[in-house]
Amino acid sequence: MRIRLVAAAALVAACAPAQPTPSPQPRPGPATPARADSTRPGPGGVSAPNANPFPSTYKAPPTRTTLIRNVTILTAAGPTIRNGTVLLRDGKIAAVGTTVSAPVDAEVVDGRDKYVTPGIIDDHSHLGVYAAPGADALSDGNEATNPVTANVWAEHSVWPQDPQFPRALASGVTTVQILPGSANLIGGRSVVLKMVPSATVQGMKFPGAKYGLKMACGENPKRVYAQRGPSTRMGNVAGYRAAWIQAEAYRRKWDKWNADHQGDPPQRDLGLETLAEVLRGNILVHNHCYRADEMAQMIDIAKEFGYKIRSFHHGVEAYKVADLLAKEGISASLWSDWGGFKMEAMDGVRANLAMVSAAGARAIVHSDDPSGMQRLNQDAAKAMAAGERIGIHTTEDEAIKWLTINPAWALGLDDRIGSIEVGKNADVVLWSGNPFSVYSRVDRVWIDGAPAYDRANPASWWRTDFELGNVPLAGESR
Amino acid sequence: MTSGICGRPPEAGRWEAGIERGGRFRIRCRPLYIGTVCALALAAIAVPALAQTIAITGGKVYPVSGPAIENGTVLVRDGKIVAVGASVAVPGDATRIDATGKWVTPGLVNALTGLGVSEIGQVQQTVDRGARGDNAIAAAFPVWEGINPASTMFAPARNEGITSVVVVPTGGLVAGQAALIDLVPGTVSDMIDKAPVAMVAQFGDARAGGTNARGEQYARLRELLDDARVYARRRGDYERGQTRPFAARRADLEALVPVVEGRLPLLVNADQASDIDAVLRLARETNVKVVIAGGAESWMMGERLAAANVPVIVGSMNNIPTSFSALGSRQEAAALLQRAGAKVVLIANGSGGEEVFNVRNLKYDAGVAVAYGLTWDAALRAITLTPAEVFGVADRIGTLQPGRDANIVVWSGDPFEFTTRAEHVFIRGREVVQPSRQDELMDRYKQAPPAYRKP
Repeated sequence: MRIRLVAAAALVAACAPAQPTPSPQPRPGPATPARADSTRPGPGGVSAPNANPFPSTYKAPPTRTTLIRNVTILTAAGPTIRNGTVLLRDGKIAAVGTTVSAPVDAEVVDGRDKYVTPGIIDDHSHLGVYAAPGADALSDGNEATNPVTANVWAEHSVWPQDPQFPRALASGVTTVQILPGSANLIGGRSVVLKMVPSATVQGMKFPGAKYGLKMACGENPKRVYAQRGPSTRMGNVAGYRAAWIQAEAYRRKWDKWNADHQGDPPQRDLGLETLAEVLRGNILVHNHCYRADEMAQMIDIAKEFGYKIRSFHHGVEAYKVADLLAKEGISASLWSDWGGFKMEAMDGVRANLAMVSAAGARAIVHSDDPSGMQRLNQDAAKAMAAGERIGIHTTEDEAIKWLTINPAWALGLDDRIGSIEVGKNADVVLWSGNPFSVYSRVDRVWIDGAPAYDRANPASWWRTDFELGNVPLAGESR
Repeated sequence: MTSGICGRPPEAGRWEAGIERGGRFRIRCRPLYIGTVCALALAAIAVPALAQTIAITGGKVYPVSGPAIENGTVLVRDGKIVAVGASVAVPGDATRIDATGKWVTPGLVNALTGLGVSEIGQVQQTVDRGARGDNAIAAAFPVWEGINPASTMFAPARNEGITSVVVVPTGGLVAGQAALIDLVPGTVSDMIDKAPVAMVAQFGDARAGGTNARGEQYARLRELLDDARVYARRRGDYERGQTRPFAARRADLEALVPVVEGRLPLLVNADQASDIDAVLRLARETNVKVVIAGGAESWMMGERLAAANVPVIVGSMNNIPTSFSALGSRQEAAALLQRAGAKVVLIANGSGGEEVFNVRNLKYDAGVAVAYGLTWDAALRAITLTPAEVFGVADRIGTLQPGRDANIVVWSGDPFEFTTRAEHVFIRGREVVQPSRQDELMDRYKQAPPAYRKP
């Protein structure tokens, strides 16, 4: 919505799942044949698919086997399990069901009247790139100097001491896609982070997550570039197409060189390298797009150049083309009830998520907002209720997917996170009650099986460096 | 309220375009202005009451003025509540509304919004919320004159149980005057319940206030209030050019007179604890009634606010140190203020331009406040009676009591829960639920493809 919004994060794709790529440097293509040419490119000199120059250094903390029992489990993978038990061992979900017994070494958490869900995933956030407190010095989300900045990477703007991170965690959010803003037609790469404290952004990066690419439709780019252009929606479309034409030429040139290593390697271009990775299917496109008509046009552009759109973000009019989204296999990342703040947001309706979901498309609750991010479950509840009022019934088993497995899919991580299933990463939230109730709070959060948040133990809470001395501890008076 | 006096002697004459519904408008004017002002005032009372008797029976009634009544009846006649209780006789001619299993509350009051003066935030021609003012002073700005009753944002709010709002101007050091309106269909004159209900100012963000430092803001506010006081005593001298220069234009000084006379509260947007302390000091020094809005760190000042009898308008969803003035934001603010004995008004968490679209979400802010420690009864009071008290209309709205306006909502359950819907919304005794623009859009598209795209 706001200009700081949206943008698909380009994830560094394609490392071995769950393993940070050990090599910090891109390598020349496939097993390098002996070459007559003695001028070998140095590290970084070659445009290599799936290069990972800023690898994750995240290491899951030591865990203790944990058994959460007597809970209602919304699994996002099947029907609700009443009086269920979840076993977390070695960072993974080791067992789930009604007849799981406690290993002798397990810490047992009794959750009578409580609920367990997968960790919440927000696929649209600007934490760290628009950190709190709001100040020009911390405004790093839009490289609004050129309408196409595919060359920038959101992770290079993320401030790990943003006090918004621990607040997201305390509301059950365990994985977040950080996107560049929406000032530009093509805003740059996104990054997927775990909500864990770290002095470096590399320490927060989700190992093996793909990058995303942020694109933006409509009002924001044409407003920001009104003087130099694009100043119209048709100018926007010409801008996307021009970029993809360049990207396709670049991809061919490099794919050829990577295959045959004939002659000097072409010169790298960071922006085109990112776009070429989209064309190769290694980076996922996250497209800020409010209006139904523009979504349809972006789908045609994607077909023209042979890439896929993974998710339309802020699609306040997604309900108007829900059948098209379902047919094309494109998810819709939505708010329940933001609307009206600008012309292209006028037609926002609260049942949007329910309508998109009912049409068979993947509906996702996203935030684009550090406050809304803390209540994504409530946004889902509002959309469920609004759907109910127009005759669209959404079960809790479906709605939990809007918050977990569907955004996991949008990030290409649905094989690792987003549901309570054996083998998945043990990213788990214990709620004081039904997460779709206004009165429920997050009691505990585990990430990779390790305790990440415990409401009852304020001394254990993650406080960023910024907060020391600046932000009073809860309950503490200055 | 002072009753209207048109035609006082010129030296005591006031020009206050104050509007209050029910004929109790307070108008004091120079003879010159009598025609204009009285015409305006008459327009405000020209809303016909509906000659109808309505009985809402069998519900769990939350009068707010007293304990909940199981299986209660609310009887409405001619737009007013005439009886509330467990054993109210229902006249034979009454229209009955069966509220068995339902919850019945007063209509909700959103006490700080741009509803009606901001349609599409980023389309300037639809936004009439901030005046240009003179050197950051716009005290004379009557924000209600820009309210567009045709705004598509009204229906979503009233359909979900919001029956009154306080329309608050923004910008500058003194933003202008706020109005309390009922969300009845009709003209602005029909809607206005009372205007002005507060003078709006800022303290803390010095640049936003048209100054360069907090101390400068304090000095300017102090000077302005002092000048208004002198002006009020010496209008005749002012007209004859026999006063020193004042810090504001005549219309702005005039608008500030009821503030310095303690008849109109000064609503100050302030977040930082030290800023709230400064506002309390200003109030003491100038003998002005103040209300704190925003109040990110107000919870640190609870006892002082309670001792000074200064109410706080605060949200329940703010816990981010969004600015250096709001480092101590926390969601327990309302509960902590309540515990300290301060008066709390809860407002909706519109974090940006979508605020007017989500005036309706006030009830969820109340629910979240409960999750963060406020008692349920206090949360309901904080969105009904307390705002009515703070803005001087508790004799008309905010409770279910005989004599009050029939602003009533029948809910399918706990009003703060997402699954609950407002089944009946009455404002001044009239059912006001009608499809919103969003309802029409959903109806059109609820099946994909929509009917118009089918062969």
